[in-house]
Amino acid sequence: MRIHMIRRDASAKRDALASLFAVLVSLAIMAFLILLAGANPLTGFVVMFKAAFLGKIAITETLARSAPLLLTGLAAIVALKVKFWNLGAEGQLLVGAMAAAYVGTLTQLPGALLIPGMILASMVGGGLAAVFPAILKTRLNVNEVVSTLMLNFIILSLMIALLSGPWRDTVSNWPDSPDILPDAEWPTFWRGTRLHLGVVLAVLSALFVALFLRRSTFGLCMDIVGDNPVAAAHARIDVRRTVLIAALLSGAFAGLAGGGEVGGIQYQVMTSISSGYGYAGLIVAMLARLSPLAAIPSALFLASVMTGSDEMSRQLGVPSFLADAVQGITLLAVLICSQFARYKVHVSWTSHGRAR
Amino acid sequence: MNILDLILDAGFLAAAIRLTVPLLLGTLGEMICERSGVVNLGIEGMMLAGAFVGFLAASVFGSLWFGVFAAVLVGGVLGFVLAVLVVHLRIDQTVAGIGMTMAITGLVYFTYRLVYFESTMPSIKGFATIPIPLLSKIPIVGDALFNQYALTYLAYLVIPACALFLSRTPAGLSLRTVGENPEAAAGSAIKVMPVRTIALMVAGGFAALAGAYLSLAIFGSFTFGVISGRGWICLALVVLGRWNPVGCTLAALLFGGVDAFQLRMQTSGESQIPFSVFVALPYIATLVAMIVSSRRASAPKSLMHPYDPEER
Repeated sequence: MRIHMIRRDASAKRDALASLFAVLVSLAIMAFLILLAGANPLTGFVVMFKAAFLGKIAITETLARSAPLLLTGLAAIVALKVKFWNLGAEGQLLVGAMAAAYVGTLTQLPGALLIPGMILASMVGGGLAAVFPAILKTRLNVNEVVSTLMLNFIILSLMIALLSGPWRDTVSNWPDSPDILPDAEWPTFWRGTRLHLGVVLAVLSALFVALFLRRSTFGLCMDIVGDNPVAAAHARIDVRRTVLIAALLSGAFAGLAGGGEVGGIQYQVMTSISSGYGYAGLIVAMLARLSPLAAIPSALFLASVMTGSDEMSRQLGVPSFLADAVQGITLLAVLICSQFARYKVHVSWTSHGRAR
Repeated sequence: MNILDLILDAGFLAAAIRLTVPLLLGTLGEMICERSGVVNLGIEGMMLAGAFVGFLAASVFGSLWFGVFAAVLVGGVLGFVLAVLVVHLRIDQTVAGIGMTMAITGLVYFTYRLVYFESTMPSIKGFATIPIPLLSKIPIVGDALFNQYALTYLAYLVIPACALFLSRTPAGLSLRTVGENPEAAAGSAIKVMPVRTIALMVAGGFAALAGAYLSLAIFGSFTFGVISGRGWICLALVVLGRWNPVGCTLAALLFGGVDAFQLRMQTSGESQIPFSVFVALPYIATLVAMIVSSRRASAPKSLMHPYDPEER
């Protein structure tokens, strides 16, 4: 068997179609998995659609869930622009959550400064957690895939140590951090829902990244560094500095995702604060083909799969790990589909096929 | 108990060897595919699949060895799938591998819940240790090295087999040539893509075997955290072991020791430090190992570069 791949001309439309097709493929596989779990896929999709979009609570919960996904998606986009494989968004999110929870309990701080303080602290915390592996990469040639993954485990373990030690809830004795102050709770924009400040911040971040990548000189530098670091160095771009700043920005978005979960949803830190948002950010980014604006619908799609799977598990007994399986499959599907969008692929079954 | 007593204890040595084996198998498999120029970032997922499929097959069919066989088979298939993605379709190896790990992890957890939702987990009797006559009587190291599972002895044999394969066989030479210079390899009639495909299948089989070893020999059960980053650690151990079998073995041995130390400190209950600090220890050690070994690392030349037969 031979596979011949011939590069096509770049086409934004075809790339977008590839993502759409990938979503359809993963929904088809999702239907198969629902069937495997002994439920009717059609009923399943109806349950999912209702749970994700029908009604005030459903739609706002989906939006609240897409906020951290959009932010970790932006984290992945910014890092991937300079080919820095930041797989540490999960850990950076946790650092952001811890930083926000710490600032949110500071009684010394004037009430009005609590929320800005939490936003800043979560972004700085997440940013620093991403700069560390970036320094290891640019200075010591340490592969960032492994180092950022290791940092996820390290940060989670240390967070658990913190939660079961100094931060343990003295009332319930659960490994939860103390609740943040009432003034530190992020405002919501619709009474009776959890449509909180973090959702708006996430959308603003997407707009900012879109403008920043397209209109700023630094955004242009990032593109050149990502495409060809050697050429970038010839163009007198400081490659190391560009990678470090991109990593800082990437981590800041992941940290903000954690800050939003603390300020807008949980009001404290617990071990389950993330539900894998950090890893899912990579899927959001690939599904959006690294476009910050396309990341918004991508995040919405993954969020609706998450809320939908939770509801299917309650109503139909389909394991809620359905969401994890569909997420991974979506990533593979989008990779395959976009390769077919970029290349003409011929498969010839005999070795005599097209001569090369 | 002071730390020196703890490390020189025969029970500790045996635990260190036991925990070295999954790292060793994963690392050697990863080394083989990296020597052909492809990195297997699906390794974490493939280990998990091996642990689960091994356990499932062993409990359904009542044979531990059947479980091992099924795990290796599934690992090979997963390696083939990754090969289609990265070798044939030339998708970026990092994101494709991570995608494989995510998809496999989700599917394994989903299937696990489907199979064991109502019924409780079946308990299986894991592999027993088999003392080798005479050798196991050697003071201190005898019991640690030669009173082990059959799979451990198999792992001992895999080390020289890998070394001989790479340095002494024509197939090993082809594999190395493909990893260093695929164009030259193609010029001397070596089929680059099939070599890489097979290398990834071998890596998948090794990773799954490592997973099955964890669920069928060490823990005797399957849990969600059965792998907990051991696959990613293997990636670092290949760098630390400088892409050669002896180096990789020593690196795996070192980290088997770290793992055993961490488990012992967690369970000893004597320390004032919260147990989760010890949980972090292998990952911190991995990060340190990467920092120490990366600067002068010399990876195979074509590692991570897809091969395009039309581009000559």
